[in-house]
Amino acid sequence: MPALKVDSLAKTFTLRKPFFGAARPGVRAIRPMSFQVEPGETLGVVGESGCGKSTLARMLVGLLEPSGGKIEIEGKALDAADPAEFGKLIQYVFQDPNSSLNPRKTIRQVMEAPLKQLHKMPKPDRNRRISEIFASVNLRDEFLDRYPHEFSGGQAQRIGIARALAANPQIIILDEPVSALDVSVQAQVLNLLADLKAEFGLTYLFITHDLAVVEAVSDRIIVLYFGAVVEIGKAEYIFANPRHPYTKLLADSAPVVGRPLKAPEQKGAELPDPLNPPQGCAFAGRCPRATDLCRVREPELKPMGEDQLAACHHPLEG
Amino acid sequence: MSSFFRLLFRNHLAAIGAVVIAAILLLVLITPLLPLHDPDVTATADRFKRPFSDGHLLGTDHLGRDLLSRLLYGTRLSLAVGVVAALIAASIGSAIGIIAGYFGGHVDNIIMRGVDMLMAFPYILLALAIVAALGPGLLNALIAVAAVNIPFFARNIRGITVGLASREFIDAARLAGMGHTRIILTELLPNVLPVIIIAMSTTVGWMILETAGLSFLGLGSQPPQADLGSMLGEARSAMISHPTTSIVPGIMIFLIVMSINLLGDGVRDALDPRLRSGALSRPRATTLVDRQGDISAPTDDLLAIQDLHTQFHVGRRIYRAVGGVSLAVKPGECLGVIGESGSGKSVTALSAMGLVASPPGVITGGAVRFKGEDLIGAPYETLRQKRGDRVAYIFQDPLSTLHPLYRIGQQLAEAIQSHHQISRAEAHSRAIQLLQDVRIPNAESRVGNYPHEMSGGMRQRVGIAMALANEPDVIIADEPTTALDVTVQAQILSLLDDLRRDRGLAIIFITHDFGVVAQLCDRIAVMYAGRIVEEGPTRAVLDAPAHPYTGRLIACVPELGGGRRALAAIPGLPPAVDDLPVGCAFAPRCDKAQDKCRTGEVALQGAASHAVRCHFPEEAV
Repeated sequence: MPALKVDSLAKTFTLRKPFFGAARPGVRAIRPMSFQVEPGETLGVVGESGCGKSTLARMLVGLLEPSGGKIEIEGKALDAADPAEFGKLIQYVFQDPNSSLNPRKTIRQVMEAPLKQLHKMPKPDRNRRISEIFASVNLRDEFLDRYPHEFSGGQAQRIGIARALAANPQIIILDEPVSALDVSVQAQVLNLLADLKAEFGLTYLFITHDLAVVEAVSDRIIVLYFGAVVEIGKAEYIFANPRHPYTKLLADSAPVVGRPLKAPEQKGAELPDPLNPPQGCAFAGRCPRATDLCRVREPELKPMGEDQLAACHHPLEG
Repeated sequence: MSSFFRLLFRNHLAAIGAVVIAAILLLVLITPLLPLHDPDVTATADRFKRPFSDGHLLGTDHLGRDLLSRLLYGTRLSLAVGVVAALIAASIGSAIGIIAGYFGGHVDNIIMRGVDMLMAFPYILLALAIVAALGPGLLNALIAVAAVNIPFFARNIRGITVGLASREFIDAARLAGMGHTRIILTELLPNVLPVIIIAMSTTVGWMILETAGLSFLGLGSQPPQADLGSMLGEARSAMISHPTTSIVPGIMIFLIVMSINLLGDGVRDALDPRLRSGALSRPRATTLVDRQGDISAPTDDLLAIQDLHTQFHVGRRIYRAVGGVSLAVKPGECLGVIGESGSGKSVTALSAMGLVASPPGVITGGAVRFKGEDLIGAPYETLRQKRGDRVAYIFQDPLSTLHPLYRIGQQLAEAIQSHHQISRAEAHSRAIQLLQDVRIPNAESRVGNYPHEMSGGMRQRVGIAMALANEPDVIIADEPTTALDVTVQAQILSLLDDLRRDRGLAIIFITHDFGVVAQLCDRIAVMYAGRIVEEGPTRAVLDAPAHPYTGRLIACVPELGGGRRALAAIPGLPPAVDDLPVGCAFAPRCDKAQDKCRTGEVALQGAASHAVRCHFPEEAV
């Protein structure tokens, strides 16, 4: 049974009806998408700004109500719009560690909230559990009585991770957990996440824009473009052997030591307008392989080679 | 708390206000204990006695009642009514504001339209209507004054709450299983409380005045009970013949309102974080220079930063952001400066043209030479002529560096016209040419766009076009691609590379990304805690890093194509620059560190081409 199953999940943000004229169609932030995450797996989600990464993450934890589709955790459908129900099964680590901590609460108050609210744990148990969690994220107990502004970015992110762990979830959604951190601290946090996963048997959904990071931590990777999945594949193959031209564009654009500087081939750099989405494949406007077919019909996700799926009418050779 | 009082009393007017209001409060608190006449007992034989007459210090009123006694009891009543009204208005108004701001949508709409309706009436008319409906009396006047002031609090607090409700810690609280009530009470309220207190301290004086106004009209306190407003009202008929009866309560109202307002302004200034951090103090046009020690001789480099020291003086603390940095570029050369946040790379770049904000920045040593001419301490006009003309900057976030209200064409033209006397038409066509140079499609139509109409990548191209506007000799680019998507970054980098090859531009490129440096730069300098720890040709440094920090920094950055792996993290944190360790700043995190590293200064050693600041380098240089 998959740890997390998403079935044609979609989100359309409705636009306010103009005072004069007919109602406009909404912005389709997430087009119907389906995928599964196996227990103990790390699924990486990559895409550029505006591709719907954060919308997806917020729907998965119940902070945003989907406009269609289903979310199942260990076979159990989650349709209650109650974040507390989600909270026990799935937790979220925010991108900006400082803004995710209330500046006027001590770290102990922050850590106690999920234990008290979700698990109704009595006081002595709470203190013991907080100490355990703090030990596993390598933070000292004396930090508990301090306020968030006293911590560096890396420490604050550890606190954010500790708070997610306190709810004792099976799945953690990591939304750009290291992009606000310095590189030397980024490596510490990534290693910590790997250790915690092994220790508690967690399942991760790791959202980022950094290809090198996602490749280093994931088992499988989903590539999003304009609210839709364009390619899914094993982390070790997908960037070395991309089938979708967009995945190739991403891989070619990443700066790599030893590769000469050359802007990768593409026709334009503009994302399609979400208020006026193009017909057919959303990437066609930037794609060197696009044909008339691409501008008419939206490609479906099709299996291509072993464990790899891509949504493209003219996929690259494997 | 003690720092709050220190800030408060640094404001002399606020201190005077605090002293006056404290004295008045003390006086009215002990009023019942003082040997005073009964304020309500009339003695018509003694009417209109002058002040300082026997037995009546301030004289008597038209019914022969002791004015001092009436004044103190009246003040007591007026203050109590004003403060209670302020508390009621603040609690109800803030509750409305928080609920409207937190729930948003329809709730917000309905509540705030109701508040708007309340505000549409002139306040005194509304107060009169409320009193007319409820009947005259001090309690009803209190209700009226409170009701009239609710919209002020509701609107203020709603604005603050809307900003807070979209913050991530509110989402985090919901995920931790908290309900709406608990979120409002424990997450939102503590964050809006300072604003409520500020709003209250600035309005309580106003409310005392409004209550006095209603009493003056005879709608507040009823005879024989005295409050400041009714005392004035009763004295009105004798204003010409016996002015003291009006002057006495008048002065008291003036003292109360004035002292409360002065104190309230002081409280606001001391509590407001923006005012506290000195955001309203205007920075100087160039960085303050207070150079000690000798400066080096000129070199033949295009731009040379020589042993630069820049510090930030905040209170008694001194942050040594840049502690002796030397960099140089020749025409057509690209120098990469790499380091983590707080390593001093941006401050070094800003110091070059005196752009570090002063206060608190101070350049305390070294020289910055452009073609041999020292720019540190140069007159403002010299710097202004060089800024943007000979040495141009590209910043990280083009959205915050472009003016949102001007078309990009106007901004480009302004950049040119501030250095060259050319006509508007010429400047306009030059702007289009610049946009074409940075490969913006349809430059003729794009030139009329506002910054918000462009994507991040396009905006950064405009930022580059602006830097190129006057064909500078040097461009200092401070993380120009960090905020961009990877596909856009690749285009911007190749654009910069072409520009420097075509035009012989020297580029100082500040970044934290080794991949970017490797692709663009000829030489790199690695910074740590305000100093350069290693400098050399890009390939040599990346292939065989000599400083342990360089090596470990490269190792902890994942690289595409490396597969799934554990990363070699560097334990610990960079040191705070106001408390640097003696010796090598990296020693506490370095596994090769020995006693020698923790004692004396470590000099930059090696050839001019590849130098390292380490006693035990990984590679001989």
